[in-house]
Amino acid sequence: MQGGVERATGEKMVLNFGPQHPATHGTLRIVLELDGESILKATPHAGYLHTGFEKLGEHLDYNQYIVVTDRMNYLSPLSNNFGYVLAVEQLLDIEVPKRCQYIRILMAELSRVADHLLWLGTAALDLGAFSVFLYSFREREKLYSIFEKTTGARLTTSYTRVGGVLRDLYDGCEEDVRQFTSDFPKALKETHTLLTRNRIWMDRTKNVGPISSDDAINYGLTGPCLRATGVAHDIRKAEPYSSYDEVTFEVPVGSNGDAYDRYLVRMEEMIQSCGIITQVLDNMPDGPVNVEDNKITMPNKSDAYGHIEGLIHHFKVVMDGHGVQPPKGEHYCATESPNGELGFYIVSDGSGTAYRIRIRPPSFFHFQALPHMLEGGMVSDTVAVLGSLNVIAGELDR
Amino acid sequence: MNEEKEIEEQPKPLVLQKLEEHHADALLSKDETRGTVVVVIRKEQAYAVLEYLKTDPELAYTFLVDVTAVDNSQMESELMQFDYARFMVVYQLYSYQGQCRLRVKVPVHENDLNTPSVTGLWQGANWLERETYDMFGINFEGHPDLRRILMPDDFEGHPLQKDYPLRGRGERESFNFDKQNA
Repeated sequence: MQGGVERATGEKMVLNFGPQHPATHGTLRIVLELDGESILKATPHAGYLHTGFEKLGEHLDYNQYIVVTDRMNYLSPLSNNFGYVLAVEQLLDIEVPKRCQYIRILMAELSRVADHLLWLGTAALDLGAFSVFLYSFREREKLYSIFEKTTGARLTTSYTRVGGVLRDLYDGCEEDVRQFTSDFPKALKETHTLLTRNRIWMDRTKNVGPISSDDAINYGLTGPCLRATGVAHDIRKAEPYSSYDEVTFEVPVGSNGDAYDRYLVRMEEMIQSCGIITQVLDNMPDGPVNVEDNKITMPNKSDAYGHIEGLIHHFKVVMDGHGVQPPKGEHYCATESPNGELGFYIVSDGSGTAYRIRIRPPSFFHFQALPHMLEGGMVSDTVAVLGSLNVIAGELDR
Repeated sequence: MNEEKEIEEQPKPLVLQKLEEHHADALLSKDETRGTVVVVIRKEQAYAVLEYLKTDPELAYTFLVDVTAVDNSQMESELMQFDYARFMVVYQLYSYQGQCRLRVKVPVHENDLNTPSVTGLWQGANWLERETYDMFGINFEGHPDLRRILMPDDFEGHPLQKDYPLRGRGERESFNFDKQNA
């Protein structure tokens, strides 16, 4: 391994990586131009999973679109649900009750841990560490049980609603979550002992796919990939939304911006998220979970069945053209999703359907910057770098 | 009277002050909503203004958050306001120096879909402009590699234009890979 492999004599080989490759975790494609084992040029191709989510947004009403947001970053659908309804609510100029804000933080942080866990498992699996994959999936399973009990679904959660959430937390949710947050740091320690000082893991990730902080900003990287370069920027701190200013947490940063730092940043973020979750549970306020405005949220079932007014409100909320109608205007709302800045830019013409919805996916930028990190490296680094970026095809192609 | 006074008392965001000072002739409209400054600028000066916003040491809008477009053909009020320009190219900017979020909009007429590319300022603009070209047909002049990105290369039309039907125009029939390779 010393000094890399000698350069072969000028003969280029083109290697097609993907769209179906075990390490792409989705349908991504990279065309690599190789000289021996070193990468001369990498050309990423996107679009294999393009589903027209932005076009759909111009035809679905505001609550219907929530189910589409599940399918963007399918590793943390709760964060997407959250980011989207927040944008609509800010467009409507409404603020949801405190309890709802706390529940949303709780769910977003749990899904951040779940997202990072899946990333950890698969990134390690790609580099041959099979046990880590099993360990992280074991933990993730506990979270998915909590999601399933709360939202009724494991993957397509659709938990938030414009002006609130689908339903309050289930009885015993607090105990389940507390059980998780007390066990989880120990479980994560196991992974640390497996990887952090592991010779093979360090060789495969240290100084692999590095990017400087200036380049990272120039390429539009956000989230853990940006913080790994040393920029301590987190939207939850910089522009606190939905009561994030009431919890304390640290923003972990790296220094080299390589795959190893991205790994460390994500590992620490999971611990910080656990801290946020504990604070949220400690201070969880009582009260309603939906805004008390029946023009926006559904009335109680008993009202809908028992009172004519409730029935009318129910009817109005679900009927096309009678439900949520933000005033004419536009808004861009950014949230810190597990992968980075997830933004929704919504243009409203005053009707019940958005005039235009634009999603700003973090993965799009990470995948774009891939050649910058790969070129000059070795072909085997492709898997390590791609794994460390956590490119999710669903949000990349939308 | 009182209301006017209140509005005056709010400090004007630095970016608006500076734009009015240095690029007043480029500004078509300016607004501030929900903590974001929104400016509409002339296409001819778009590159110069964006370059100024990025390089000015006080503003330092070094992070290009997003580039996209809006097809205003079914939004009469917007059309009237900006001389019937069908498209509005939208840049979202963020400054790591604590300036407020900024949205720069550039009107583009349907009969002249060219607009300057900002790939020279931000590397991240490359794919964003490709996507905007793919979805709306906006031609970014000076872009190094303006190809489709999400739709197939042989796709016809631009799906996010308002006159493009939701269910497409039957293009799926043309996904014949034997024919493409021939």
